[in-house]
Amino acid sequence: MIAAATVGGILLATVTLYGILGGADFGGGLWDLLAGGDRRGHAPRQLIDESITPVWEANHVWLVFALVIFWTAFPVAFASVMTAAALPLWLAVGGIVLRGAGFAFRKEVSGLGLQRAFGAVFAFSSLLTPFFMGTVIGAVAAGQIPADASHASLAAWTNPTSLLIGFLFVGACGYLAAVYLIGEAARRGNRRLQVYFTRRAQAAGAATGALSLATLLELHAPAPALQHNLTGRALPLVILAGLTGLTVLALLAAGRPRGIRVLAALGVAAVVWGWGVAQYPALLPGTAVTLSNAGAPHSTLVALVVLFAAVVVLIGPSFGLLFALHGRQLLQGGEGLTAPAGGRAGAGSPARPRRSSGQPGRASRVVAIGLIAAGAVARARARGGRNR
Amino acid sequence: MLTATRVSGEVVPARAQMAATLGFHIILACLGIALPTIVLIAEFIGLRRPDQVAMVLARRWSQAMGVLVAVGAVTGTVLSFEMGLLWPGLMRKYGAVLGLPFGVEGLFFFLEAIFTAIYLYGWRRLGGWAHWWTGVPIALSGIFGAMSVIAVNAWMNQPGGFTVSHGRIVAVDPWQVFFNHAAIYEMPHMILAAYMVSGFTVAGVYAAGILRGRRDRYHYTGFALGFVPAAILTPFQIFVGDTAARAIAHDQPVKFASMEYVERTSSHVPEWLAGVYANGHIYAGLKIPDFDSLLVGFSPGTKVIGWDTVPAAERPPVVWLIHLCFDAMVGIGFLLLLAGLWALWGWWRHRALPRQRLFWLLGAVSGLAAIVAMEAGWVVTEVGRQPWVVYRLQTTTQAATTNGGVITSLSIVIVLYAVLGIATVLILRALARRWRRGGVPETGVPYGPQPEIPDAGGTRAGRART
Repeated sequence: MIAAATVGGILLATVTLYGILGGADFGGGLWDLLAGGDRRGHAPRQLIDESITPVWEANHVWLVFALVIFWTAFPVAFASVMTAAALPLWLAVGGIVLRGAGFAFRKEVSGLGLQRAFGAVFAFSSLLTPFFMGTVIGAVAAGQIPADASHASLAAWTNPTSLLIGFLFVGACGYLAAVYLIGEAARRGNRRLQVYFTRRAQAAGAATGALSLATLLELHAPAPALQHNLTGRALPLVILAGLTGLTVLALLAAGRPRGIRVLAALGVAAVVWGWGVAQYPALLPGTAVTLSNAGAPHSTLVALVVLFAAVVVLIGPSFGLLFALHGRQLLQGGEGLTAPAGGRAGAGSPARPRRSSGQPGRASRVVAIGLIAAGAVARARARGGRNR
Repeated sequence: MLTATRVSGEVVPARAQMAATLGFHIILACLGIALPTIVLIAEFIGLRRPDQVAMVLARRWSQAMGVLVAVGAVTGTVLSFEMGLLWPGLMRKYGAVLGLPFGVEGLFFFLEAIFTAIYLYGWRRLGGWAHWWTGVPIALSGIFGAMSVIAVNAWMNQPGGFTVSHGRIVAVDPWQVFFNHAAIYEMPHMILAAYMVSGFTVAGVYAAGILRGRRDRYHYTGFALGFVPAAILTPFQIFVGDTAARAIAHDQPVKFASMEYVERTSSHVPEWLAGVYANGHIYAGLKIPDFDSLLVGFSPGTKVIGWDTVPAAERPPVVWLIHLCFDAMVGIGFLLLLAGLWALWGWWRHRALPRQRLFWLLGAVSGLAAIVAMEAGWVVTEVGRQPWVVYRLQTTTQAATTNGGVITSLSIVIVLYAVLGIATVLILRALARRWRRGGVPETGVPYGPQPEIPDAGGTRAGRART
């Protein structure tokens, strides 16, 4: 039981990390889509491109990792979700392919027409992918996935709850991306883009907040238990999410962007964990499938906990390094050399940019430390479970 | 607890879709595993000697790698989803077992993605050896990640490491799952294949340039950096492949019988080169008496198990395809060995690569040939395991989705991947053209004529110039 709950927590942590890291990359695509014509949208697009380029693939791996944990730890529930929600999942997969390929190709093609075409592919799929992923989560939350589905169901993900959560995902991605991009603009000392993304962060923040509330109210009919728990034992997390959102909006209005990245990420994490806590111990609400009775054999669950500990130890610092280097703008060279730059010659002597508000790796470091702590707790609990 | 068997009508399109997406991704996976090592060798030479040409090659290959890694990452994700979308029956029953090596793979995929980003985008501002060292984790995690994925495939061929009670898996031994019996030969076989595909593909690109008259140090260096490691590994691959075939004769005799056209169990089994099996006859094949027995047990009297040992329903569907793919793989392996020996001979006699046009033609097609051999090998092992998805435990039909409409996703996948493949090749070619012009590279400036965004961050003469 404890092992299954621990792995459930790990799965949720992985989903959270994908949300606050990978989600922001989708949000970047959303703002790229809405940036307007070639000329008007050039500066924001460039900032988005520079911010996403070195990190999106690493952020994307959290999704693959979440899938693997899901199917290894809870294989029957996994098979049921993949069967019942097959259509939105296929659409999300298509979006993932088009987003990644469009983004990578856009940088390498020459000519405005081709850049536009690939840019549009990247931007549209950045909008559609989180939407369809959201509908799948919505289908689970609304209790639309049967215990052991044998057929795809359209109703499972086209009900109001699922659609609302789909829109909520899009809004949250846009919110996170805009907040992160304010920091990126600040670090480059670009006031104009700072203001530009501040407005968008405010709009997306307000929309995301409204969608969250709407979802919470809408849950009344399809998932009363979930709603009850969200206003019961998960209420602290719901309040935390609301408070962080309001604080970010207040800080933005006051023009003080310090700390907003961490707050925004925390807010989204609080929503994800609020859902997890409210749904616990059900894995597929509306059925008898819970974390413990759907779980893989104990040895598999323990192996997953050990594996996650290894991920925290190895991947945490690696991500820290990546984000730190990216934050100091050391990851911008590489492509395109006019003259061969041998050895150190190419390195030049870049002036270190001023450390500005919304420090580069701080959000990631906080997350990494949190994860390490969570991993330690998880391990201790797993050990406790075995002794019993 | 669950219905054990569900019959799916979608198994044929599901298999076709898995074959198409895996067949596409595996090429990028090979490049993802081995290309970083080749780039690191180039950078090493560039730093150590120092050699400007090797350095330029390393930087340019990095740029190509950026495209390939992105396409590889997304096509790999498709496969992860397909495990559930196409094969829910497999995951439902064995997800708790075969998921563990996938989890280990996830760990290495993380390391690979993170350090690839640092390496690719750190060229300009992380200098010299520090930059080189950021590439080492990519090469290592490529190898370990490949081992993890191959562990899953090998487990499907030789399942073990779990305990079943009342139709449910109740205990799993991760170590035995990971290092199952087939993993011992599948892992080195695939990792060597990845290095051969990458090395010969790089070599092929520059050999084609040399054939077009671009006989400069840049092209010869590019050729050698790919060709030499691949050619050195070729004999080892042939040895590993031979060992693997012998092991399969023991572990999966029906697969082996299909590879070698062994109809009934007997000794003095002949080896068939080429030939199409139909209605109990082998057409247009070359027969070498006793040779298959000799290969399996080092004596003509060795008994080889034929496919007559299992009922027809448990035999793979298209025996001739398996056999011809196997022959193609082995044939190409020896052709590539020949190319390596030719180069060795040239070096020994003249301290130079051969001048004959035929050698460079061989070099130019070596990359494509290596890819064909690798794909053929996958056809052998995957089609040869049919009708099983988990050997002797679950049939592919039981594993396939019960959802309809796979034919639709298959059609879309084929169109999408065709576009993706063509676009990737065209973009790489466009990159090469730009490099040849010594051209003005566009450093990721989407949509715009402006060269640089307003910048108060500091002096960036180097960046502004490019």
